[in-house]
Amino acid sequence: MLKIRKLDICIQDKKIVSNINLNVNLGEIHALMGPNGSGKTSFALGLMGHPNYRVTRGSIFLDNKNILSLTPEKRAKLGLFVSYQTPPAFDGVSLGRYLFEAKKGLAGKKNIDIENFYSKLAMEIENLKLPESFLERPLNSEASGGERKKTEILSLINLKPKYVILDEIDTGLDIDALKLVAKEIKKVSKTCGVIIITHYQRILKYVSPDFVHIMKKGRIVATGDYNLTDTVERRGYAVFN
Amino acid sequence: MQSSIDTAYKFGFSEPEIYVYKARKGLNRGVVESISGIKKEPVWMKKFRLESLKTFQKTKLPTWGADLSKINFDNIYYYLKPIEKEEASWEKLPQSIKRTYAKLGIPKTEQKLLAGVKAQYDSEVVYGSIMSDLKNKGVVFLSMDEGLKRYPDLVRKYFGKLIRPADNKFAALNSAVWSGGSLIYVPKGVKIELPLQTYFRINAKHLGQFERTLIIADEGSFVHYLEGCTSPIYSTESLHAGVVEIYVGKKARVRYTTIQNWSNNVYNLVTKRARVEERGVMEWVDGNLGSGVTMKYPSIILDGCGAHGEILSLSIAAGHQILDCGGKAMHRAAETTSRIISKSVSLKGGRTSFRGLVSIAKGSSNSKTKVTCNSLILDEHSSARTYPTMEIAEKEVVAEHEATVSKLNEEELFFLRSRGIGKLEAETLMVNGFIEPIVKELPFEYAVELNSLLKYEMEKAIG
Repeated sequence: MLKIRKLDICIQDKKIVSNINLNVNLGEIHALMGPNGSGKTSFALGLMGHPNYRVTRGSIFLDNKNILSLTPEKRAKLGLFVSYQTPPAFDGVSLGRYLFEAKKGLAGKKNIDIENFYSKLAMEIENLKLPESFLERPLNSEASGGERKKTEILSLINLKPKYVILDEIDTGLDIDALKLVAKEIKKVSKTCGVIIITHYQRILKYVSPDFVHIMKKGRIVATGDYNLTDTVERRGYAVFN
Repeated sequence: MQSSIDTAYKFGFSEPEIYVYKARKGLNRGVVESISGIKKEPVWMKKFRLESLKTFQKTKLPTWGADLSKINFDNIYYYLKPIEKEEASWEKLPQSIKRTYAKLGIPKTEQKLLAGVKAQYDSEVVYGSIMSDLKNKGVVFLSMDEGLKRYPDLVRKYFGKLIRPADNKFAALNSAVWSGGSLIYVPKGVKIELPLQTYFRINAKHLGQFERTLIIADEGSFVHYLEGCTSPIYSTESLHAGVVEIYVGKKARVRYTTIQNWSNNVYNLVTKRARVEERGVMEWVDGNLGSGVTMKYPSIILDGCGAHGEILSLSIAAGHQILDCGGKAMHRAAETTSRIISKSVSLKGGRTSFRGLVSIAKGSSNSKTKVTCNSLILDEHSSARTYPTMEIAEKEVVAEHEATVSKLNEEELFFLRSRGIGKLEAETLMVNGFIEPIVKELPFEYAVELNSLLKYEMEKAIG
C-alpha cells in the first residue's frame, strides 16, 4: 500500500499541498481532479522526491517503508513511478539507451538479459503503435505531445513499477491514442496502485477509477466514486469547498 | 601547470629512454644544423629551418589564450632519434618501443581497422605500414623525412606554403626543428576506404615533439587520416608543437580526426590548416581530452566555388587543464559552405575556451556558414568561455551563430533519477548525450575509450 499521511509540500516557503491523507492499494485506480494550480502536480513531484518540492510535514509509506528521506532513484527502486506532464527532451540520449539505463538502475546488482530486454521492448513499442525506430531516436526530442505521452506509458510498461502517478497523461492524445493508453493503464492497474491526475472525465470513462478525489488549494476537498466526475463535468469545481 | 598521478589516465606509463642520437638541451643554430645534418637534407630545407629559427627567436608568445610564459625553451630536448631507421615490422623494434605500442593497442587496431599506420616515438617515425594495393594505386604514405628524400619536388612545392613559419611562434619553432610526421599523397580518383593512422608517442622526459604533416588529396580522391597522441606522466613539462598542412583538390574529400590524449604535463600548441578547391570537402574532427594546456584552431580556407568545410571540436577539461580550442573558416569563393560545431565540458576546475573565426571575403556570394558552440560546466570550480568572431564582407550570404553555456539541467537529472538511474549514472548519461553529436563522428574504438574515460573522470569528480 502507498500510505500518505498529513502530507504538506512546499515550494520554497510557500505551502502548495496541505494535509493530504490517502491510501492506494495494489489493484486500485484513483483519480485526482482539480482546477489548475490546485497542487496536483506538486503532490506528484513531492512524492517522487523532486528537490524543489519539499515535504515539510507528514509521511509517505511505500509498503510500510517510510520513503521521505530517500533519493528519487531509491524511491523508483521501491516501485514508485510518476509520469510527467511535459517530460524533458534529451538530444543525445536515445529512448532505448535511457530505458536500458533505467532498467539497469532498477535491477541494482542483478544482471539484465540484454537480448530479452530488447525483444520485450520491441513488442511493447509495437503495442503502443510507435515505430520501432523510436528506440534509436533521441528521447522526447522532436516528438509530438502525444508521442511523449506514449513514451511515458512505454516507460511505465517496461519498468514495471508498483505505485504509479500519471500526471495529465491524457492531454495531447487524440481519441485513438487515448483509448490505447487507457487500455494499457487498465492492464497495468491489475497489479499496481494507480493515481491518475486529470482535468477531464474523458480518460476516466475508459479506465473507470475506483475512487475520485477533488483537490482544491492543495487540499483534498471531496472523495467519492466515479459519479463524482459527473458533478465536475456538469457543475465545475466551484461546488466543492 | 601542475601534474599529478592521475589513475584515470591509462597511458601514463614510461619506458627507459633509448636513443641513437640526442641533441643537447636547448635551442640554437647548432642544434638546428645538426638535425638537418643527421637527416641529410637538401640545402633549401636547411636554409628554411635556419630562417625559421630566426623567426621563432624574434616572434613573441601570443598575448591571448592560455598563459605560456612558463615554458622554459632552454629546458627542452628538441631532437631525440630513438633508433636508426623506420621498420616495417613491429618485431624488429626494440622491446621497449614494441611494448609501448602493444599497450596502446596499435598493432591490433592496425590489423582490423586501418589501411596504413605510422608510429612516431619521440622525434622519429619508428614503424610504418601500408596496404599493398594502396601502394599499387600510387598512394604515398611516408614519414615526412622519408617523403622529403623520395619526393623532394612535391615537398618543396607545398611544404610551409599554407602555414608560413611566421604564422605564429610555434609554427616557426616547428619549421626550425621539425622531425617525423607524415607525407600523404592520394592520386586522382583514389578513395581510401579505411583510415590511415599515425600514432604519436612521447616517451622521453623534457621532450619537444615537432612532427610535420602534409596531405595532398588530388582531384576526386578521399582519405581519412587519424592521429592519436599519448605520453607518460612526468612532473616536468613536455612540449608538442605540430604543424599540419592539407591540400584538398577539386571534388576531393579529406577527413582528419584527432584524438588528443596527452598526459597533463604536455603543452600542446598545434597549427593546422587546409585549403580546399572547387567542390572539395575538408572535415576536421578534433577531440581534445588530454594535455595540460592546448591551443589549437584547425582552419579551412575555402578557395574554390562550392567548397565545403567542417570543424567538429570536442574538449573535455578536468582539473588543471586549460583547453583553448576552436576553428577558423575562411570563405574566398562563391557558394562555399562551412559548419563549425564545438562542444566542451569543464569539470573539477577545468577551463575550456572556444575561439571561432569565420571570414567571408567579398565575392563569396551565396556562401553559408553556421557556428554552434555549446559549453557544459559541471561544477562551480570550472569555467568555459567563447570568443566567436565573424568578418563578413559580402552581402549575399547566410551566417548563423549559436552559443550556449549551461550546467546540467536539474529537471532532466530529476527525470532520469526518478526512473531509477543513480545520480552519477544519470549525470554521465547526460554528459554523453551532450557530446554525442561529435562522438558519433569518431571511430568506434575511440568513442568507447572516450566514454569510459569520461565515466572515470566523473566518478572521481562526484564520487
